[in-house]
Amino acid sequence: MTNPTPGASRREFLSTAASAPLVAGAAAGVLGGEARAQTTTGAAMAGGQVLVTLKVNGQTHRLSLDPRVTLVDALREHLGLTGTKVGCNHGQCGACTVHKDGVRVLSCLTLAVAAEGSEITTIEGLADGDELHPMQAAFVQHDAYQCGYCTPGQILSAVACVKEGHAGSDAEIREYMSGNLCRCGAYVNIVAAINDAKTKMGA
Amino acid sequence: MADTVQGRSGSERPAARDKEGIRGGAGVALIHDSATKHVTGEAVYTDDIREPARLVEVHIALAERARARVVKLDLEPVRRAKGVVAVVAAGDVPGINDISPTGTGDDPVFAAGEVVYHGQPLFAVAAGTVHEARRAARLAVVGYEDLAPTLSIEAALESQSFVWPEGRMQRGDLEAARGRATGRISGAMTIGGQDHFYLEGQVAMAVPGEDGDMLVHSSTQHPSEVQHMVGKVLGLPDHAVTIEVRRMGGAFGGKETQANLFACVAALVANATGRPAKVRADRDDDMVMTGKRHDFLARYDVAYRDDGRIEAVEMELAARAGCSADLSGAIIDRALFHADNAYFYPAVKLTAHACRTNTVSNTAFRGFGGPQGMVAGERVIEEVAFATGLDPLEVRKRNLYGEAPRDLTPYHMEVTDNVAPELVAQLERDGRYWERRDEIRAFNARHPYFRRGLALTPVKFGISFTLTAYNQAGALLHVYKDGSVMLNHGGTEMGQGLYVKVAQVVADELQVDVGRVRITATTTAKVPNTSATAASSGSDLNGMAAQAAARTIKERLIRFAAESHQAEPNEVEWLPGRVRVKGDEIGFNELVSQAYTARVQLSATGFYKTPDIHWDRATGRGRPFYYFCYGAALAEVTVDTLTGEYRVDRADILHDVGRSLNPAIDRGQIEGGFVQGMGWLTTEELWWDDQGRLKTHAPSTYKIPAASDRPRVLEIAFFENENREPTVHRSKAVGEPPLMLGIAVLHALSDAVASVADHRVCPRLDPPATPERVLMAIERLRETK
Repeated sequence: MTNPTPGASRREFLSTAASAPLVAGAAAGVLGGEARAQTTTGAAMAGGQVLVTLKVNGQTHRLSLDPRVTLVDALREHLGLTGTKVGCNHGQCGACTVHKDGVRVLSCLTLAVAAEGSEITTIEGLADGDELHPMQAAFVQHDAYQCGYCTPGQILSAVACVKEGHAGSDAEIREYMSGNLCRCGAYVNIVAAINDAKTKMGA
Repeated sequence: MADTVQGRSGSERPAARDKEGIRGGAGVALIHDSATKHVTGEAVYTDDIREPARLVEVHIALAERARARVVKLDLEPVRRAKGVVAVVAAGDVPGINDISPTGTGDDPVFAAGEVVYHGQPLFAVAAGTVHEARRAARLAVVGYEDLAPTLSIEAALESQSFVWPEGRMQRGDLEAARGRATGRISGAMTIGGQDHFYLEGQVAMAVPGEDGDMLVHSSTQHPSEVQHMVGKVLGLPDHAVTIEVRRMGGAFGGKETQANLFACVAALVANATGRPAKVRADRDDDMVMTGKRHDFLARYDVAYRDDGRIEAVEMELAARAGCSADLSGAIIDRALFHADNAYFYPAVKLTAHACRTNTVSNTAFRGFGGPQGMVAGERVIEEVAFATGLDPLEVRKRNLYGEAPRDLTPYHMEVTDNVAPELVAQLERDGRYWERRDEIRAFNARHPYFRRGLALTPVKFGISFTLTAYNQAGALLHVYKDGSVMLNHGGTEMGQGLYVKVAQVVADELQVDVGRVRITATTTAKVPNTSATAASSGSDLNGMAAQAAARTIKERLIRFAAESHQAEPNEVEWLPGRVRVKGDEIGFNELVSQAYTARVQLSATGFYKTPDIHWDRATGRGRPFYYFCYGAALAEVTVDTLTGEYRVDRADILHDVGRSLNPAIDRGQIEGGFVQGMGWLTTEELWWDDQGRLKTHAPSTYKIPAASDRPRVLEIAFFENENREPTVHRSKAVGEPPLMLGIAVLHALSDAVASVADHRVCPRLDPPATPERVLMAIERLRETK
């Protein structure tokens, strides 16, 4: 059995591997591979920590976490996946949207332990290698952002919106994207991008 | 992937401005420089920067009284709490406990002795995690001795409590003008404030260095000021402090002075602990402790003639400055500068007060007081329209600035670049104002409870910092031996596309592909003494400075090419990616390589200061603005008169950006500005209780526009114009002016409301026109029938 590092975090990883690329597989507090992942999952640790196995963007990570840690904090602070943003931290702005088993969820309102056993997709995992997801490409082509802070959440929400079948018309897109705030007000272009991408997504 | 925005690759600029030879020159609808990083999550914001080892996280503890003496502050239990590394309060500031941007000494980092607003920082706790810090902060024992707070503008006016001397502008003979008038109306309105709600909250990370140096990564629009403030609180000279910012996740004025606090607290903790320190405000705390757009009370008195022409306007504007001066002096001035909007007042007297209240100190927000002044000016127009029975558009058109003598502003500046009459006429025609007016009246006559409304309002907005000294900028440009170019300037990127625009200017000047120009993070170590990226000035100032730097290097290269070919400089042709001299063509890389070998300096600074501007506050006279931006919006709404709920059906916008540096970016600014202005005037309501507590401190209670709120149809067109002044490529600023296009929505709502009393009574619909307020206005008007 492996001995997880309690409290492993983004910064400790970064202090020892500051030049490593910020990708999931190499990220903080990740112990062992998929093969060993299940053995201690869910076990309570000393100091109130629990072992949590998270599958993010196709990679399995074992983390030792306080059970109250939210998914967004697990992603950002423990896995170094900073593409997911914190806007309001209580489920009102949509900036932290990720996919859990293909369904859009607010990662600030989801406990990391509740994501165990699910496939999590973040903005870092949406592209196929260097090939942008059609939604990402459409956002670029339509200038569907300004400051970019809400963009990862917008894109993940948009992909789900199309897959849910809620992108039938402009009005429907606007309604089903209304949980993702954009303070820069790039809504016109966001709707245009979703309309463009939905055909390329085969919806 | 295409590097231009779809459908925007050239149709919006004259063909003559195409740069066939290079990619991404001035005028091209290039994608944002961070576009791909934005969509992949790779764009690094301050909170995403890799954290150094031993970093501590900081929580700022806030006062829980609007006004009180702090008689006890026992922080020992906090210090003893789990995970706590340090606690800092007013007594722990080694330098000066003040971060007031204008040197008024009324903005302590931490309250010392007296608390002046609910939510004022009291102390900061540093711990291993922010959660530990937050929990520990609760253990503090704070004793207050309550004092009577001033919580409203009216109360501050009553007690003559101000943070700044009043502003005043006067021109013409009011009494004589009133004598010429046939009617006179006076009234008052309140204008709500606005929270910035930048999606990226306030954040700073300080990293201590050797010799007491401090590096702060700060999400700020004003790195030079943060540098100075950090130096001031630490007791260090500016040269010991470096501030860096690559990008912000939105700012809108909310990070012009408000970032100072977070950077200073991070630096204080880093200084006290010797460890890197990060402050990232929780959203609720952020909204409670940072300043917002000023809410205003406006009193007006207008004298007019039956034909709708205004003869005299007297206006008194009172702003809620909050507990300190911050930038309120300049903000009330800008409210006065725009109380005329695009209209000529033959005789005018304007006064503005910055009221001291025990609420958070209000600050810059896109438009900087201008929008509030303009909203008051548009109310005056509306009053005249209802009093004369004329269509509001007719009244607007009759009062627009025109030929001399109808070209003089209340601050005695001549409006020489006025395009408002043509622009309004074009939108009136293209937007089919009168046909739609008739159609809407017919609809309203037959529908039992829906009422539609239509309004066309213009915008004229002055460009320049009214503090003349701020109208300067610097840039630094290196050309490396391999021909690659590094660009740095004092402007900051908050999503407005400044970096890409300035890079386009440099690419254009050097005639190289924009991809060759590396845009680098704004840092006080590269370009010193910069102004805030504010007042819409970013590309005007920094574009010119960067162009000057590029020109210096280009001239050196031309001189070198001439000398090496025994030619005169004027025989050197500067072509895309190459030069031609005496029949010989040399590629840019080769030329640079040769120039390096011949010991030609390939690094340059550039500097720009806006010419011809001056302003004397004491006399209320001057030419504070280099030029004006113009625009107009035509908005159409439908109101449910049973509930007050409404939707914006359509908006048509015509806006003057001069010769656009980047049509895609400018279009985004127009759309976004309009939506933000609309939000301010409709759904965004700030609400304090009678204890001075802000109760709308999260998106759950404070409603900014969502995708579903934007107009069903939104048509945007550029008004064909070029800047009369020699700005960078004859472009115009675009950051703030479009916000005020949102005023059309307020007036369209007013128009719909007015229909319930057959357009005989001015609805006096005060913003924010929330559904509740719309319903109350409807009820009020119904009673007049």
